[in-house]
Amino acid sequence: MSSSAKAEAVLALHRFGMGPRPGSIAAIGADPRGALIAELERSSPSQIALPGLSSAKAFRAVNDANAKRQAKAILARKEQDAKTQQMAQAPAMTEGSTPGAGEMAAKMAAEAVPDPGRQIYLEEARIRTEAAFGAEIGFAERLVWFWSNHFCVSADKIRSMSGAYEREAIRPHVLGRFVDLLLAAEGHPAMLFYLDQTVSMGTNSIAGMNRTRGLNENLAREILELHTLGVRSGYTQDDVIAFANVLTGWTLVPPGDNPEHGGEFIFNPRLHEPGAQKVLGKSYEDETVEQGRAVLRDLAAHPATATHVATKLARHFVADAPPPALVERMTKVFVDTEGDLKEVARAMVKSDEAWTQPASKLKRPSEWVVGMVRATGITQADPKRFTDGQALLGEPLWRPPSPKGFPDDEGSWIDGVGRRLDVANNFAERVSDRVDPQDVIETVLGSSVSAEVMQAVGRAESRQQALALLFMSPEFQRR
Amino acid sequence: MGFRHHLPNRREALLGAGSLFAWSQMPRLARAEGRDPRLLVIVLRGALDGLGAVAPVGDPDWIGLRSDRALVLDGKTPALPLDSFFALNPAMPNLYRLYKAQQATIVHATATPYRERSHFDGQDVLESGMARPGAVDTGWLNRALVELASDGQVDLRGSRALGVGAVTPLVVRGKAPVMSWVPQKLLAASEDTQARLLDLYQHTDPKLAVALQARVRLAALGGTGGMDAPAPGELPEFGIARLRAYVAETAGTAARVLAKPDGPRVGAASFVGWDTHINEGAASGQLANLLGALDVALAAIETNMRDAWRETVVAVVTEFGRTARINGTNGTDHGTGTVALLVGGALRGGRVIADWPGLKQAQLYEDRDLKPTTDLRAMLKGLLRDHLRVDERALASTVFPESADVTPTSGLVG
Repeated sequence: MSSSAKAEAVLALHRFGMGPRPGSIAAIGADPRGALIAELERSSPSQIALPGLSSAKAFRAVNDANAKRQAKAILARKEQDAKTQQMAQAPAMTEGSTPGAGEMAAKMAAEAVPDPGRQIYLEEARIRTEAAFGAEIGFAERLVWFWSNHFCVSADKIRSMSGAYEREAIRPHVLGRFVDLLLAAEGHPAMLFYLDQTVSMGTNSIAGMNRTRGLNENLAREILELHTLGVRSGYTQDDVIAFANVLTGWTLVPPGDNPEHGGEFIFNPRLHEPGAQKVLGKSYEDETVEQGRAVLRDLAAHPATATHVATKLARHFVADAPPPALVERMTKVFVDTEGDLKEVARAMVKSDEAWTQPASKLKRPSEWVVGMVRATGITQADPKRFTDGQALLGEPLWRPPSPKGFPDDEGSWIDGVGRRLDVANNFAERVSDRVDPQDVIETVLGSSVSAEVMQAVGRAESRQQALALLFMSPEFQRR
Repeated sequence: MGFRHHLPNRREALLGAGSLFAWSQMPRLARAEGRDPRLLVIVLRGALDGLGAVAPVGDPDWIGLRSDRALVLDGKTPALPLDSFFALNPAMPNLYRLYKAQQATIVHATATPYRERSHFDGQDVLESGMARPGAVDTGWLNRALVELASDGQVDLRGSRALGVGAVTPLVVRGKAPVMSWVPQKLLAASEDTQARLLDLYQHTDPKLAVALQARVRLAALGGTGGMDAPAPGELPEFGIARLRAYVAETAGTAARVLAKPDGPRVGAASFVGWDTHINEGAASGQLANLLGALDVALAAIETNMRDAWRETVVAVVTEFGRTARINGTNGTDHGTGTVALLVGGALRGGRVIADWPGLKQAQLYEDRDLKPTTDLRAMLKGLLRDHLRVDERALASTVFPESADVTPTSGLVG
């Protein structure tokens, strides 16, 4: 293999994939661009298996556990209070009775009930991480990560569903049409819960008139600002309110009421604001749930959405300031194909601009960590260790700081490089008994590292230090 | 007779570049006056409900606006009276104590020049110091530091600002280098490994070298490697307990580093979670918990700054306020006017600065938000001018562009 072919294969794996694994450079070296496209053709990101763990089921399990915990706590408090009272009636014992004993007993009883939420989160983290470790190149998985961050929810608010949301709403559509992805994400119970939609009700809806509660603008605003058109693209506060009215009624089945369907999406007409609504100059007749779907379909087809999405994709994969020609081409393909996301991804890797940019993008912590592990050939994930590591690096899994998701620019992450060194150091310590740094350079990276890196690794005082330096090298940090 | 130069001591000389760093970052003019001021900026992301933090209990329309969710002096959890008009959320006893000791100032009905309601554009304007959102990659605090150095006597290679958190806040990004520190630690790489990596970066990637160098310096100051940090993998739990622990530890450690004689003088941190769309709970609930965590953090800063506290100002700011009325889900939506909080021993505090706009329907901004009557930049400019001695012309041009008509607030410190 020529050195330029090798260099393009390395770039393909770092920039568009999850990073090189043993053997991957040789596998794609003949035609890296073709290999990326071929991976899109044969991938089905929706097929990652987690039998029986739907978001609704997870939500119900956590809800049931919470209810059980509360019941146990009440019971324990009652028993303790009764005991305290008995003791108080026996004069000799009064000094021994402790105030707050009831609270203590309640707390202990509650804590004795296991919390299934954490286990579910870790299991979801494991299968997601192993999908990234095991992917041939990982282009499709990178697209999953990108879209999951674009349509993010937060495990801080809804931990039970955060992983299942990605499997149910994101994965089936990342190589499909944007409109389907949008409809799936905005209608998913996790998103409705995360952005407060489940409790929003029209002022003139049946429930609204009975209960003096009302509208919540959160989801409507973030759909316009973050998920579709983009900020400052022309919509107004009135559009936000009208759209929020349209979306009233999009909620979920209360988990406690329904052991079979609790936690699933439902359109509740009692919450829905009656009447037509005008969004972005167009009037939408009230057709219950279809009113909202009609607005979402129009937003998906809006030219501002095409520009917003294409820019964000190019920025994520290619450069913090992506070449305008690349963005224009991807935008055009988005418009021409009515938002076919596989075609947009294909257009990106077929463009020369996507390859001529220097490797100046700093990998996000999640990409970097996965790349580091892949280079060692490890394919099994310890989800606890992995999620702890990502949290330390400032990118805790499915827990972005805001609905905007994690940032994608060098300025946000570069000051964390010292922290990466600690993580690399720890990882190197754990694998140094079975991973040889020279071997990683030669067989995984095809010897395509700078002379300086070669030298630093060669002169390291220990295998562990050599590995830490290698994982920290610009070759691993940038793409 | 003559000038007293700071001569590097043995340890500083051994640190090489570190010695220059150690004294170069002191605001020169302030130092010439015999002061050594510290500034910590805390950004609350998500938009703090200013009316829920500092309630206008003397306004006749207040209770009508929020009914049973209005903080009042005779409520179940009574608000703490600041003056005859304003009262503080009861979740903030430390701030109240500092206020009574003239070490806290509250600016109410304030906002940046941003008038839309996107968090992210709002935060960009707040942190960039620009008059409007758009592509920006530097923050006003960093540009203010560059101005302090404009006579060429200080070396920008020295890290002068401290960003706390794994993601550097925009407000401190820019030409003046930033150190970052992340609470939660794990086994640190050895000094030797750090030195070797630094050498590699210096030959291959200067930007990564600068970032790593900052961390090496911070380690020298004792900001990392503390024994009180949790063991690897012991991450705090989800929810309010996690937030409280995180906020207190972050703020407390920032203060410990800022308090060092050879530490940085300026820092910034940001805390998320203020976007209270639903069940806001100002008196007891979500917002009360958040404010309580912030209050603990302010106390941690006061304690950890030790003697330097009397030369310290902590500025707590947020991107915008929230709707004056409660929304349909017992929360508040994105709004405009809000509060900014100043605490610190350097303040001439104990007052609420407000040109109160009123709460009648016609007095609200767009019939929904507290109307902003004080430009937040006036306060920040006053602080930078009088506390750090940043040149006033620079404040109106490079630090806060297009702000010539925003007069710096006088008399905040001293």
